[in-house]
Amino acid sequence: MRLLEYKGKELLNKYGVKIPRGAVITSVDDIDVLNTLKFPLFAKAQVPFAGRAKMGLVRRVDTIKDAENAAKDYLGKVIQDYPIRKVLFEEGVNVAKELYVSITLDRENRGYLMLASTEGGIDIEEVARRSPEKIIRLYIDDYEGLRDYMIRGVAQKLGLEGSAAQDFVTVAKAMYEVFTKYDAELVEINPLALTSDGQLVALDVKVMIDDNSLYRHPDISIEDSDYTQEELEARKYGLHYVELMGYVGIMANGAGLTMATMDLVKEFGHEPADFLDVGGGASKDSVREGLKMLLTDDRIKAVLINIFGGITRCDEVAKGVVEALNEVKTNKPIFIRLKGTNEEEGKRILAEIGLKTYETAEEAMDALSRTLRG
Amino acid sequence: MAILVNENTRVLVQGITGREGSRHTQYMLQYGTKILAGVTPGKGGQTVQGVPVFDTVEDALRKFPDINTSIIFVPAQFAADSVYEAIDAGIKLIVIITEHIPIHDALRFVNYAKRKGVTIIGPNCPGVVSPLRSKVGILPNHIYTKSGPVGIVSRSGTLTYEISYHLTQAGIGQSTVVGIGGDPIIGTDMLEVVKMFEEDPETKYIVVIGEIGGTMEERLAQYIGSGKVTKPVVAYISGRTAPPGKRMGHAGAIVSMGMGSYESKVKAFQEVNVPVARTPTEVVKLIKQYIR
Repeated sequence: MRLLEYKGKELLNKYGVKIPRGAVITSVDDIDVLNTLKFPLFAKAQVPFAGRAKMGLVRRVDTIKDAENAAKDYLGKVIQDYPIRKVLFEEGVNVAKELYVSITLDRENRGYLMLASTEGGIDIEEVARRSPEKIIRLYIDDYEGLRDYMIRGVAQKLGLEGSAAQDFVTVAKAMYEVFTKYDAELVEINPLALTSDGQLVALDVKVMIDDNSLYRHPDISIEDSDYTQEELEARKYGLHYVELMGYVGIMANGAGLTMATMDLVKEFGHEPADFLDVGGGASKDSVREGLKMLLTDDRIKAVLINIFGGITRCDEVAKGVVEALNEVKTNKPIFIRLKGTNEEEGKRILAEIGLKTYETAEEAMDALSRTLRG
Repeated sequence: MAILVNENTRVLVQGITGREGSRHTQYMLQYGTKILAGVTPGKGGQTVQGVPVFDTVEDALRKFPDINTSIIFVPAQFAADSVYEAIDAGIKLIVIITEHIPIHDALRFVNYAKRKGVTIIGPNCPGVVSPLRSKVGILPNHIYTKSGPVGIVSRSGTLTYEISYHLTQAGIGQSTVVGIGGDPIIGTDMLEVVKMFEEDPETKYIVVIGEIGGTMEERLAQYIGSGKVTKPVVAYISGRTAPPGKRMGHAGAIVSMGMGSYESKVKAFQEVNVPVARTPTEVVKLIKQYIR
């Protein structure tokens, strides 16, 4: 999960990375804490995605009154399903140069990778496209760790000298500490500002923590992450849900089959509305809750259910479908492909409420497609 | 022949007393897998499905020195410990079914296993089956009823069952089916499995089931391009319509830092003349063309 900016900064600061002076508020009542800071400040709504400036979620405030207005504007607002609960106010920094630096997993070499660039302040994917030669790559062996000389080499390539080069060693080591101690998948500082008086300050950070490790990080709260209410709800039932832009609701079992089903929808010229994987060995409860999510989603015009029963039993799936339809009144057409373990029993259960099933996903999708086209 | 598991496979089940562990011990036994022992710390002396349970891997090996493979069902928080225990006891093939193992843990034990010459399949995988000989995994028994010339390597579970099912329905059996797992860090990747299939006389054709995320498929394509794979390969990649930056169920299925896109994988395969099926069922048609 992706941590909110302020939380990522807090972690990095704990290990020695300089961050702008600032304060986080969760309520307008707390606005007075800002009196200890030097105006003008920058108000930054805490949402876990890129492009905040363009969305008007970062603004300069010159007085406490301005700050209060910004807090009122931001707090409670819902952006892309994500409610703003916190606003970070920070003092400005005199920037001479903006750098990029990150540590991530190196999947292919089964280790870690440090990426750095003099092209800070813009998306690294943009840099990778435009000028890949400007990205410095350093492989880190997970067993041997990150050594000072390696960092000095990167600092040199970034053109850092004197105390800034020394500071860079501190920054990189702190990032490595956070990366390993907090089971991070990514620790990114972008931009890392070189100030006019030669200091390195983290202006924006992105820290992603491995969801599976949360049990050993009691100081990381899911409130500080990018999960939306729907996603959190889905997780409770062991469902994997991702919202997409289209109008054909999809439910399948297994990540691969669910993606294949999305692709099939597209193959027929339609747009998938979601990725909903009920998992291997799905129970009727998870099927019921998953289908209810789709039936109550106004964007969805028709639902495609694609189940290949291996560990998952078709009769369990059928029972979940029936329960969902009992709980939610709907006139959305549902097309079900049901194949595999206990297929006959599943088909019988669905036939009782007048739902027919298809032998292949293609046949079910073809029927759906013809219904939508009228 | 086949790869990884065969009639000589002798299995230890770690986490045998848990719900999944005991259930799949039953299914594996029904399939004909030779399971000699199980391990759950503190439960030594019990039996599960007639299989004796030991407190430690060392105890189990002392009693059953023929054990050469371990399958792990131990819950995520304790799974890493079990993997080290199996490696240190000298078991050379470890299949990790457990889902949700922290990535940093997996990275460390995968590298440790490499240094010790141990093969790890998974984590978060359905396991391995060589039809009619042995199954070390959770793949459904009723689908794997025919041995034959096709080797399958896959990042997915259900999708693999589906494709295997259609192959068998079409009368085409499989040599070995390997689910390598959906996590970002796994013990054995596609390329390593394809190299095994290339060496295996029983395997005549190779099916690769990939998905978005990482660059495993691209590296495999590059290797095929170097001419070192003589057997025909057919691929399917899921996730064409997945948006970048979003994790699609599997922790490893994410397009990030501009890497791992569907287009990049398809292009890589096409450049080395590996046909890429548009749908799972098309895989069967493509394989049939080679067989004919």
